[in-house]
Amino acid sequence: MTLSAPTNSLEDESSGDRLTAEPPTVPLKPSTPAPRSRRSRLVSQERLDVLTKGRKAVLCVDSVSVSFDGFKALNALTLILDAGELRCIIGPNGAGKTTLMDVITGKTRPDEGNVYLVGHGHDLVGQSESEIAALGICRKFQRPTVFQGHSVFENLELALAGKRSVWQALFHGLTKADRETIDEVLQTIGLKDARERRAGELSHGQKQWLEIGMLLAQKPRVLLVDEPIAGMTHAETERTAELLVSLAGERTVVVVEHDMAFVRHIAKKVTVLHEGSVLAEGTLDEVQANARVIEVYLGADHANG
Amino acid sequence: MNALAFARRLLSPRGWIAFGVLAIIGVVLIPTLNSAVSPESALGVSDRVITLLGKFVCYATAALALDLIWGFAGMLSLGHGVFFALGGYAMGMYLMLGIRGQGVYRSNLPDFMVFLDWKELPWFWHGFDNFAFAAFAVMWVPGLLAYAFGYFAFRSRIRGVYFSIITQALTYALMLLFFRNDTGLGGNNGLTDFKQLYGYPLALASTKRALYVASVVVLLFSFLLCRAIVTSKAGRVLRAVRDAESRVMFLGYDPRSYKLFAWTFSAVLCGIAGALYVPQVGIINPSELQPANSIEMAIWAAVGGRGTLFGAALGAFVVNGAKSWFTVALPELWLYVLGALFITVTLFMPDGIVGAVQRLVEKRTRAAAPAPAPGGAAS
Repeated sequence: MTLSAPTNSLEDESSGDRLTAEPPTVPLKPSTPAPRSRRSRLVSQERLDVLTKGRKAVLCVDSVSVSFDGFKALNALTLILDAGELRCIIGPNGAGKTTLMDVITGKTRPDEGNVYLVGHGHDLVGQSESEIAALGICRKFQRPTVFQGHSVFENLELALAGKRSVWQALFHGLTKADRETIDEVLQTIGLKDARERRAGELSHGQKQWLEIGMLLAQKPRVLLVDEPIAGMTHAETERTAELLVSLAGERTVVVVEHDMAFVRHIAKKVTVLHEGSVLAEGTLDEVQANARVIEVYLGADHANG
Repeated sequence: MNALAFARRLLSPRGWIAFGVLAIIGVVLIPTLNSAVSPESALGVSDRVITLLGKFVCYATAALALDLIWGFAGMLSLGHGVFFALGGYAMGMYLMLGIRGQGVYRSNLPDFMVFLDWKELPWFWHGFDNFAFAAFAVMWVPGLLAYAFGYFAFRSRIRGVYFSIITQALTYALMLLFFRNDTGLGGNNGLTDFKQLYGYPLALASTKRALYVASVVVLLFSFLLCRAIVTSKAGRVLRAVRDAESRVMFLGYDPRSYKLFAWTFSAVLCGIAGALYVPQVGIINPSELQPANSIEMAIWAAVGGRGTLFGAALGAFVVNGAKSWFTVALPELWLYVLGALFITVTLFMPDGIVGAVQRLVEKRTRAAAPAPAPGGAAS
C-alpha cells in the first residue's frame, strides 16, 4: 500500500462493491515502487480498481517497461484483457509483441511495472515461469513442441491439470473424469481419430492443435498463442481459426499474429503495438481507420497488397 | 486398478507367456538338469555352468537397471559399476565376517586386517555379521550414494555426455579409494576366501544352485518392477524428460525428482545384483570399479537393445556368453570381437538385437497383411 493512498481506501475494499465505488484518488503510478528483490509483492488493490473500472478484466499489464542494452522493447505499456475475450495483438517487427508475452509468462523480468491477475493477490512480476503457468496462464510457442515419442492421448495425459509428483505418477491411474476431459479436448482439437497415433507422425498443423490441446488440458484462464498459423496450409489455417474462436468465451485467448487476413477472420478486438507501447485498440476496422496506425503499420501492409 | 488390468498393463498376453516360459526354464528346468541329470550326459548342466549362468543373471539385472535410466530417462551412466560393487562389498563384508577364526591367522579379524596389524574392526564393519543388516546395506548404501550424487548432478542440470563423464569419474575415484589398504576393505586384493552364507557352505552344489535360483528370481522380479515403472505415468514422464526436458518443466513437472527416483531405484537394483554376484564368484575387489566394467554394462544394454528392458538383459547374456566362449577358445581374439560387436551394433543395429528382430517381424507382417496392426512395442 502506498503512503500517499487515502486512508479510506481500506473501507472501499471492505464494502465489496469495487466496480461501482468512487474511484479513489490515487496516483497513476505507485509512488514508492516495491523493492525488486522481494519475491512476490502484493497487488495494490486501488491501482487494480482504477485499471479495471467498469470492465470484467482478467489480466492487467500495468505500465511495463523493458529495455535490452538501452533498446526499449516495451515502453510503459498498459494492456487490460477481459475475461473470455479473443484479443489479437499485431504490430511491426520489434514492436514488442514477443517481449510482452515473455513478461506475462515470467520469462522476462520488466524494469518497471506490474502484471496483475485478477483474483490472485500477488504481482506476477517476480514469480517463476512454472508458478505463473500453475496460475492458469499458458503459452503456446511458435514451434510446436509436443512429445514426439508419445501417443496423442499420452501427450494430453501428461498435460492434464493436477498430479505432478513422482509418487502420484507411479501409483495413480487416470480417473473417469480425467478420461472424459481428455476426450473432450480431443474432440475440441479435432484429433479424436488420431488418439493412439504417435505425436511425431502428425502433420505440422495437427501438432499445433495437439499443443493447443495440451494447454487446454491444463485448464488455463488465459491462453497466449504465438503466431499459430505460421507454416500452415490453407485448410489448416481455417481449422485453427475455428478452434481459436471456439476457445474464447470460457477463457481469454490472446493471439499474436502477422497475417492480417487471419486476424480479420478471428478478431473482435485488436491491439496494435508500436515501439513498445499501445498505438491503438479497438475493432479491426476502427484500428485500420486510425491515421497513426496507417502511418506506421497498415500502410506498409496495404502496399504489399 | 484391479490385478488383471495391472497385469495387462505390465505385459501383453503373449508377453506373459514368454515370461512364464523363460521363468520355468530359469527357475525349474536348469536347476533340475543340474541336480538330477549327470553332467556327463548331453542334457546335464555342470556346477561350473550353473555358477557361470548365475553370474550372467546378475549382469543381466545390472543391465536392466542401467536400461531403466539410459533407455527410458536418457541418462547414460558410465559408472553403474559403482553401485554393483557397493552391493557386492556389502555382501562381501558379511561373508568375510562369516569366516572369522577360520582364516590363515585364526584371528577374529579378517586376514587382511591382521596383516595390517589392526587390533579391532573399523567402525563401519560393525553390524555386518548380521545377515539382515548386511542385506539392508546392500540396498541403502548404493541407494544413498546415488541419491546424493543424483541430487547435486540434477540440481546443476548436468545431462548428456557431461553426466556420463562424471559418472565415469565417480567410478574411477571410488576405485582409487578402494585400492587403498587404509580404506579397510581389503585394498588391492579385496574380500575373498568366503566359506559360508547364512550357514550354508558355498562349496556345496546345492548352495550354488540356490544362489543361481535366487539370482534368477531377482532378475524376473526386477524386470516386472521396471515394467511397472515404465508403463506407469511416471514412466511416460521419464520418457518425456528424455525427449524434451524443458517442455516437461513447462507442464509443471519437476524433472529432477523423476530422474532422481529412477536413478536411485536403478542403483539399488544394481546393488542387489552385485550382492548376489559376489558369493557366486567368490571375490570382490576394486577391479569391479574399473571404468571399463561400467562401460561394458552400457555395451550389454546397447547390444540387446536399449529402451526395451528385455533387450538389455538379453544383451548381458549374449555378450558375456560370447566372452566366456572366446576367452576359453580364442583368448587373444576376445577384445577384437568385443570391438567388432560394438561397431556392428552401432552401424547396423542401432536398436540392438531386439530392435532388429522387431523390425524384421514388422516387415514380415506388413508384407503379409497390407493393414498394419497396432503392435505392442515390448512384449
